[in-house]
Amino acid sequence: MSLNVANHKVCSWTQDYDQPASLATYTAHGGYEALRKILAEKTPAEDIIAQVKTSALRGRGGAGFPTGLKWSFMPRGYAGVKYVVCNSDEGEPGTFKDRDILLYNPHQLIEGMLIAGYTLGAAAGYNYIHGEIFELYESWQGALEEARRAGFLGKNILGSGWDFDLFAHHGYGAYICGEETALLESIEGKKGQPRFKPPFPASFGLYGKPTTINNTETLASIPWIMRFGGQAFLELGKPNNGGSKLFSVSGHVNKPGNYEVPLGTPFAELLEMAGGVRAGHSLKAVIPGGSSAPVLPAEVMMACTLDFDSIAKAGSMLGSGAVIVMDDSVCMVKALERLSYFYFEESCGQCTPCREGTGWLYRIVHRIEHGQGRPEDLDELLRIGRNIGGNTICALGEAAVGPVASFVKHFRQEFEYHIEHKKCLVGA
Amino acid sequence: MLLIEIDGKEIEVAQGETVMDAAQRAGIYIPHFCYHKKLSIAANCRMCLVEVEKAPKPLPACATPVTDGMKVSTRSAKAITAQKGVMEFLLINHPLDCPICDQGGECLLQDLAVGYGESASRYQEPKRVVKDKDLGPLIATDMTRCIHCSRCVRFGQEIAGLMELGMPGRGEHTEVMPFLETQVSHELSGNVIDLCPVGALTSKPFRFSARPWELSRRRAVSPHDGLGANLALHVMHNRVLRATPVDNEAINECWLADRDRFSYQALAAEDRLTRPLVREGERWLEVDWQKALAQAAGALKVIRDTHGAEAIGFLASPQQTVEEHYLFAKLAQGLGCENLDHRLDQADCSALPGAPWLGMSIAELGELDRVLLIGSTLRKEQPLIAQRLRQAVKRGAQLNVVHAADDDLLCKVAHKLITRPSGLARALAEIARALAEAGRDLGAAAAAVAGVAVSDEARAIAASLLSGERKAVLLGAVARQHPHRSDMHRLAQAIAAASGATLGVLVDSADAVGAAAVGCLPGPRGLGAAAMVAQPRKAYVLLGIEPYLDAQDAAGMRHALQASELVIALSAFKGTAQHYAHVILPVAAFAETDGAFVNMEGRVQDFRAAVKPAGEARPAWKVLRVLGNLLGLDGFDYDTAEAVRRAALPEAEASVRARLDNSPAAGELRLPAAADGLERLGETPIYQGDMLARRAPALQATRDSENARLCWARGDLIERLGLAEGQPVRIVQEGGESVMKLGRDDRLADGVVRIAGSHPLSSKLGPRYGAARLEKM
Repeated sequence: MSLNVANHKVCSWTQDYDQPASLATYTAHGGYEALRKILAEKTPAEDIIAQVKTSALRGRGGAGFPTGLKWSFMPRGYAGVKYVVCNSDEGEPGTFKDRDILLYNPHQLIEGMLIAGYTLGAAAGYNYIHGEIFELYESWQGALEEARRAGFLGKNILGSGWDFDLFAHHGYGAYICGEETALLESIEGKKGQPRFKPPFPASFGLYGKPTTINNTETLASIPWIMRFGGQAFLELGKPNNGGSKLFSVSGHVNKPGNYEVPLGTPFAELLEMAGGVRAGHSLKAVIPGGSSAPVLPAEVMMACTLDFDSIAKAGSMLGSGAVIVMDDSVCMVKALERLSYFYFEESCGQCTPCREGTGWLYRIVHRIEHGQGRPEDLDELLRIGRNIGGNTICALGEAAVGPVASFVKHFRQEFEYHIEHKKCLVGA
Repeated sequence: MLLIEIDGKEIEVAQGETVMDAAQRAGIYIPHFCYHKKLSIAANCRMCLVEVEKAPKPLPACATPVTDGMKVSTRSAKAITAQKGVMEFLLINHPLDCPICDQGGECLLQDLAVGYGESASRYQEPKRVVKDKDLGPLIATDMTRCIHCSRCVRFGQEIAGLMELGMPGRGEHTEVMPFLETQVSHELSGNVIDLCPVGALTSKPFRFSARPWELSRRRAVSPHDGLGANLALHVMHNRVLRATPVDNEAINECWLADRDRFSYQALAAEDRLTRPLVREGERWLEVDWQKALAQAAGALKVIRDTHGAEAIGFLASPQQTVEEHYLFAKLAQGLGCENLDHRLDQADCSALPGAPWLGMSIAELGELDRVLLIGSTLRKEQPLIAQRLRQAVKRGAQLNVVHAADDDLLCKVAHKLITRPSGLARALAEIARALAEAGRDLGAAAAAVAGVAVSDEARAIAASLLSGERKAVLLGAVARQHPHRSDMHRLAQAIAAASGATLGVLVDSADAVGAAAVGCLPGPRGLGAAAMVAQPRKAYVLLGIEPYLDAQDAAGMRHALQASELVIALSAFKGTAQHYAHVILPVAAFAETDGAFVNMEGRVQDFRAAVKPAGEARPAWKVLRVLGNLLGLDGFDYDTAEAVRRAALPEAEASVRARLDNSPAAGELRLPAAADGLERLGETPIYQGDMLARRAPALQATRDSENARLCWARGDLIERLGLAEGQPVRIVQEGGESVMKLGRDDRLADGVVRIAGSHPLSSKLGPRYGAARLEKM
C-alpha cells in the first residue's frame, strides 16, 4: 500500500510502514511528487483550485466548508504578503485524528501546505499545534528541518525560483484557539479571542494580511488530490463528499482509535471496525462529530452513512469525525453535565451570551444531576440555549447549546426521572 | 452614497459606515454597552443586535457595515428577542442592588434594563463574585459589577497608549485588572470612570458623596494647562463634588486629564482663606474687607510716594482669568509701575512682539504629518495634547523630539536628540544646520549655526521635517522656562521657516495667552518676573501665586520677599503667605468666579461661577476694582466680569487674534555654549503647577506626585558619585540646598539631575535649570 489511487487511505497510509514519519518513507512512495510536478510545470493556480473544487474536499476541521471555494476567496492580485495557516489545534473532545497525521505523516501535511502556499501566493505558512500535544510540535519541527534540508522549504524550492517557508506555532491548550480567528490572534501573541467577522481572514487575516486557514487533514489531503486528480478523490467518497476521512472512534467500543474510511461508509461498518460495543451492552447513543455535535439515538445513527449530508439530515453534524459511542450504561444527565462543564470552562468570555449563558446551562444541568432539579428546568435550558445560539461572535455559543438541546430532545424522560426521583434512571 | 432603511426610515450613508453610525445620525437609538465612538469596535456586549433583512442571525449594529439597499429593523420581534436575551445574560451575574451602587441613577445598564429587562430574574443559581482591585487613589472598583465591555481596556490601548488594564482569564473567570503594575498611574486614567457603563469603575474621591439627581451641573473651563478642557462641575449645597468632561471635539473631545477631573478637591482645602488678614507686628488679625483694603491701598501709596512706583513689583499667576489679568495690569499701570509679569517660572523674560500661542487650532494637531517637539515633558505638561499627537502618530505622523529626557511618550518617536538642557539650543542648531546643508534658507540664523557639526540624528530630523505636508515645530515648557529661551525660540523659528512648518508654543497655563494679550507684562522700562527677583523691590503685589513654588528661582524669591517692606497677597489659599505677606486678601478660587480664559489656540471661553466663594472671599476682579478706586485710579467702575472683559477685549476673540504672534524676541541669535558639570532639569510636575492641583489629595497620592518628590539621576551618575538609589541625597545649588531621596532614571540625558520645580521639597533650591551638586549624606 502507498500513496496510491487504489488505496482509500488518503492520510493514514504511512502507518503501514516502518518509520512512517520519515522523509524517506514518504518520498519512496511518491511523496513530494505532486509538488515537484507543479513547480516544474508551473501549474496555474486556477488549475489547482479547479482540481480541489472537483474533488469535493470539504473542511475536515468540523464545518465541512468546501476547500476549493475557500481557496478561491483569496485575493489574486494582492501585492503584499499573504499567509497559509494550518489549524492543528485539535481540541474538540473526542477528536484525535490530526495528531496522528502530525505524528505519522508530517510530510504529507508539509507538501499540502506547500501546494496551498504556491496556489494562494502565500509568503509563509504557520501550523498552529494544540498546546497539549507539545511533543508533536517538536516532532513536526523535526520534519520541517528534514524537508528544509532536502530543499522542499526555504529559498528557491527544488530550483524553481519559488520561496516559501513553514513554521510551527504551539498554543497552550485553549479550546477557543481552534476557532480560526482566535487562532490568528494567538499566533500574533494576543489573547486567543475570536474576531468579529466580517472582515474574514481571506481579506484581513494573520497580521491583517489575506490568510487561508485549513484543518490539518484538509491540507494533508491536497497532495493526494494533485497526484491522482480531483475526480479520483471525489470517487473515493460520494457526490458533494469527496474522499476518505479519519474517524476518531471513542467511548464504549472494544477497539477505540482512528479509522480512515471513504465518506459514505455506513456507520455500522465503522462500529464493526472499532470492535463493536462492549459485550453485554447495547448501543444507546452516538455523538457523531465531536462533542459539539448534537447526540443521535442508536437507531437513528445506525441508519446513517458517514458523510456530511447524511448526518446533517439526521439532525447532527459530521463535524471533525469524532465519533463518541455511548452504550446503555451511560447516564445522559451525567454525560451532559460533563459536556456542559467543558463549554462553560472553555468559553473565551468575550461576548455576553456565551460568557454568561454557558455557566447558566452548566449550573442547571449540574443541579439536575445532583438531585436539585426543578420541573421547569428543562424548558429553561432550551430557552437559554435559544438566547445563546446565533447571538455570539463565534460558533462556540452554538457548540455549547448543541449537546444541551439534543440531549434534552432525545432523552427527556431521563432528565425528568432525575428531577422527579433525584436519582438516575440508568441502573434504577 | 448608499441608501439603507432602518425601521422604515430611509437614510443616506457612506460606504464603510456601520449600521450604528447610520442609526445615530438618523436619531434612532440602538442600545449598546461596548460601542464607543472614540474606541475600536469590539462587538462583544451583543446588546446592539438588530435584524437585517436576508441575514439568518441578528447582527451587531456596531460592527455591521452598511450595504446598499440594506433593510434593518431595530425593534422587530427578532431584534427585541435578541436584545432582551442579551440583557438577561448581562443581569444574571450583575448585582441587582442599584440603591447601594455609586453608579445608580447614571448607569447605562440600569437605564437599559428598564427598557429591555424583566421585572424579576429567572436566574436561580449562585452569582459570580469578583475581587475588587486597588487601582490607586483615583478609581474605585466594584468588579463584581463589571459587564466585560472592555471599554476601559481599549481606552488604555488606543487612547492612553498604555495598556494598564487588561482582561486576563477566560469565560466567567475573565476579569479586568491592572496588567503591568498593581495600580493605574496614567495621567488620563480617570476617563475610564466615564467610559465604564456600570458601577465597576467609579470616582474614588466622589464615591458615595451624592446621588446624580441631587447634583446640578454647571459648565466650567479647566484652569490648568492651556487647553481649556470643557467641564461640568457637579454641585450640591454650594460644594463642587466632582468634575466630568463636556464634549468639545475642538478642544478636549470627550476626555479629561486627571488634573482637570480631580483638582476641584482643592476647593475644600483646609487652608482656604475666608477672611482678610492683616499683620500687626508678629500677630495676624482677622479684619473686615474695608479695613484690609484701606490698609493695602494706604501702604502701597506710601511705598510709591516714598520710593517711586518702580519700587513696586506686580506678579500674577497665569491661571487667573483674563479679566483679572487686565485689571491687575491696569492697577500697576495706574500707579505708574511697569514691573508687571505673569511668567514667574521663566528665566528669560525678554519682551516678545505678541502673545505666544499654538500657532494653529488644537484639532489641527491631530492632523499633522511631521512634528518637532522641543523641550517638552509632554505627557505631564499637556496630557491631552500628548493624546492628540499619539493619534496623529498612529495615522502615520512622524514625531521628532529634542529634549533633556527620553521620556516615554507612549507612541512611536521617529528621531530624537536627547541632551542636557543647556545643550538643547545646540541640538536645534544642528537641525537648522542640516536644513541649510539640504539647501534651505535659514535667514538670520544662518551665520550662528554655520560652524555646527551635524549628527546623524539631527540630519534625520531635518529630513523628516522636509517631507510631509502639514508640519509643526512645537516649543514646550522646558524651552520656555530655560535661560536659553530666546535663542531656542529663534532657532525653532528658523527651523520652522526653513522646513515650511508652523511654529507653535505649547502654552501650559489657563490664561497665559490672555495675560499676554491684555498686557499683563512688563512695560518698556519695567522689570520682568526674573528681574523682580534678582533686583528685589520694596513692595510686591501678588495675585494668585505661591511665590516659593511658582518662581523660577525659589531661593531668590525667598530673599526678595524677605527683603521687601510690603507684600500684598491676593490668594484663595493661605499656603505660606504668612511668612512673607503683610496684607492677605482672600479671593475666589476656580469655580467661584465669573470670567474667561484664553486658551492656547486663542479661543476665549467664558464661564460663570458654579458656587459662591468660600467665607468672605470675593472674586479677584472685584477686589482689584475696589483697590483701584481706593487708590484714586480712573477706569475701575465695572459692575460685571463681562464689562471688564469688554474693556479688556473690545472685539472679543478678534482682539486676541490681533495680538497672537510667535515671533521671538528682538535681537540676534547667539548660540549658547552647553554647561559642564551637573545641571538641574526643574520642570513643573503635573500636579504642582497651580494652587488647586497642589491641594487635591487624590492627585497628591498618585505615582506622578510620588515621583516628583524624588531627585532623579541616571544609573551611571549614581554610581560615579558613589550614591545609592532610594537613599537621601543632599542637593546643593547656588542660593540654597535641600535633601531629597534619590531615584534612578536612565532615560535622562548625560549630566542631568531631574529635580522638580514648583515643589515644597525644592522650594529652597535655586534656579530650575541651574548648576547643581549632589552630595552624599
